[in-house]
Amino acid sequence: MTTTTTIGGHDVHVDDEGFLTSYDEWDEELARALGAQIGLELTTEHLSVLRFLRADFREHGETATLRRVTAGTGVPTRELFALFPVKPAKKMAYVAGLPKPRGCV
Amino acid sequence: MTTTTPAPTAAPLVPSFGEDKTDRKLAIICSKGNLDMAYPGLVLANAALGEGIETHLFFTFWGFELVNRKTMGDLKFTMLGNTATHMPQGLGGLPWMTTLATARLKKSIAEIGVPEVPEFLQQIVDSGGHLWACRMSADMQHLGMDDLYEGVEAIISAADFIEMTDGAQLLFI
Repeated sequence: MTTTTTIGGHDVHVDDEGFLTSYDEWDEELARALGAQIGLELTTEHLSVLRFLRADFREHGETATLRRVTAGTGVPTRELFALFPVKPAKKMAYVAGLPKPRGCV
Repeated sequence: MTTTTPAPTAAPLVPSFGEDKTDRKLAIICSKGNLDMAYPGLVLANAALGEGIETHLFFTFWGFELVNRKTMGDLKFTMLGNTATHMPQGLGGLPWMTTLATARLKKSIAEIGVPEVPEFLQQIVDSGGHLWACRMSADMQHLGMDDLYEGVEAIISAADFIEMTDGAQLLFI
C-alpha cells in the first residue's frame, strides 16, 4: 500500500515501511532530507553513490546491491559501510528514493 | 492493489534501520568443499554483515578447501549422490561430467552477478566478516597460514572457535 508522508517539507509517496515509491519525486535536496531522517549528513561521496543507484535503477528497474554499487562506482565495500553505516544497502536505497534491494548478494 | 491515502499523522514515515549497534552475532561452520555447498555459507554471511551482524566463519574439514589458496578458485560440483539434478546417477560417473556440471553451475552463478569464491571471501572480509581456519584440518594437511587465503585471521582450535562465538547463533553447513 502506498501512503504519503512529509519529509523536510516535501510530500512524497512511500510504502508501508517508508521507502519512496515514486521515482520522479526524488531530487538531491530531498536526498539530504531523507539522509537527515536516518542520521546521515550527505557529502559529495554519498551523492555520487546515490547518483549511480538512481541511474542504475532507471536502466534496470531494480535497486543495485552493494556488490553492484562497488563494481559500478569503484567505491570499495569498506567505504560503503563507512558512508552508510551498519545497513548500507538498505540505507543507500532509502536515501536514493528507491525500493530495498531484492537481490541476495 | 495500490491505493493512496493521506498520512494519518504529521510525523514522517521513515523506515526503521534498527539500533546503531546490534548484539546479534552469527557463527557459520563451513565443512563442505563442493562448489554448491560453498555458497550457502558465503551468501548468508554476506547477508548478515549487510544487516550489521558480527559474523564469523570457521572453515573445517572439506570446508578448508574454500580458504586453501591452491583449491579455493577451483571448487567442483558433481551430480553424483545429488538426486536434485534429476539426471540419471550413472551419467555423473562419466569422466567429463563433473567438469561440465561445474562449468554450468559457475555460469549460472555468474549470470546472476554473484562472485566466485575468492572474490566473495574478499567481499565478506571488506564487509567486516571474520574468517578462521581449523587447526585440525591444517595439521592433517600440513598447511600453515602461508598456504591460506590472506583474509584468514588465524588458524584456531575448535575450542578457540567455541569460546570466541560465545552467545552467537550458529549455522553448520
